[in-house]
Amino acid sequence: MSKQQASMRTPLGKVRGLGSAKHGAGHFITQRVSAVALIFLVPWFLISLIGAVRGGYDGALAWVSDPINAVLILLTVGAALYHMRLGMQVVIEDYIARHSTKAVLLILNTFICVVLFAAAAYAVLKIAIA
Amino acid sequence: MSSWTDKRPMSPHVSIWKWHMTMASSILHRITGVGNYIGIFIVVAWLFATAAGPDYYEPLAGLIGTIWGQLILFGFTLSISYHLLNGIRHLVMDAGKALNPKFGSFLSGLVLVLAVALAVGVWLLSGIVPGIDPLNMTGSAPMGAAQ
Repeated sequence: MSKQQASMRTPLGKVRGLGSAKHGAGHFITQRVSAVALIFLVPWFLISLIGAVRGGYDGALAWVSDPINAVLILLTVGAALYHMRLGMQVVIEDYIARHSTKAVLLILNTFICVVLFAAAAYAVLKIAIA
Repeated sequence: MSSWTDKRPMSPHVSIWKWHMTMASSILHRITGVGNYIGIFIVVAWLFATAAGPDYYEPLAGLIGTIWGQLILFGFTLSISYHLLNGIRHLVMDAGKALNPKFGSFLSGLVLVLAVALAVGVWLLSGIVPGIDPLNMTGSAPMGAAQ
C-alpha cells in the first residue's frame, strides 16, 4: 500500500505506461525534475552571467570558454528549454481549442525549443572547443 | 470557439470569480513562464553573438544597453525571480504541503514580495543600476555594455 502511494502512477497505468492523454505521468514528472535542476542552475547562471557581461566581449568569451562554465551553460539552457517546452505545451493545450491550430502551435513550440538549443549548443561548443 | 450549444449550466468563468491571492499567483506563474520563454531568446542571442564575434556582439550589447533594453532585462529578471520562487512553492504543494487556503494565500503573497525584492536586489547588488554598486562588482570600470 505504502509502495503504491509512493508512485504517482496507478497500477494499471504502470502496466500500460499510458493514461488518458496517452503520455502517462511522464509530462508531470519531467516538468518537475527539470524544475528541480533549474532551482540550482538558474541562480548560478544569473550571478555568473552578470559578471561575464560586465567584461564586455572579451569577458563574455572568457566566461563561455571556461570548461566548467561551458558545461553548466549547456545544462542551464538545455534544462530551461526542456522545461519551457513542456510548460508552453500545457498553455497551448489549455487555450487553443481548434485541433488544427493546436497541432501547428505544438509543433512550432517544439521547433522553437530545438532551434534555440541547437543555436546555444553551437555557440557554446564553438567558443569552448576553439 | 464561441458556439457553445450545451444547455447545461456552465461553471463560473474567470471574469466571475472574485480575485484572490492564490488565483493571482497561479495566473502570474503562467504569465512569468511565458515571459521566461520569450526572455531566453535574448540569452541564446547573446551566446550566439558571442560565438559569432564582436561584429555581432557589440550591436546586441548596445541594444541591451539602451533604456528599453534595460527595462526589458529587468522585467525578465523579475519574471525569472517570480517563476523560480513560486515554482518552489509549487513543488512544496506537489509534496502535499502548504495546501490549506489561509497559508496558501500567505505564501503566495510572500512569494510575490520576495520575488520583487530578489529582482531589485540582484540589480542593486550586482551594480547593473548605473551609479549604484554596493559590492563594487564593477570595480573602477564605468557601467555600460559598450567596451
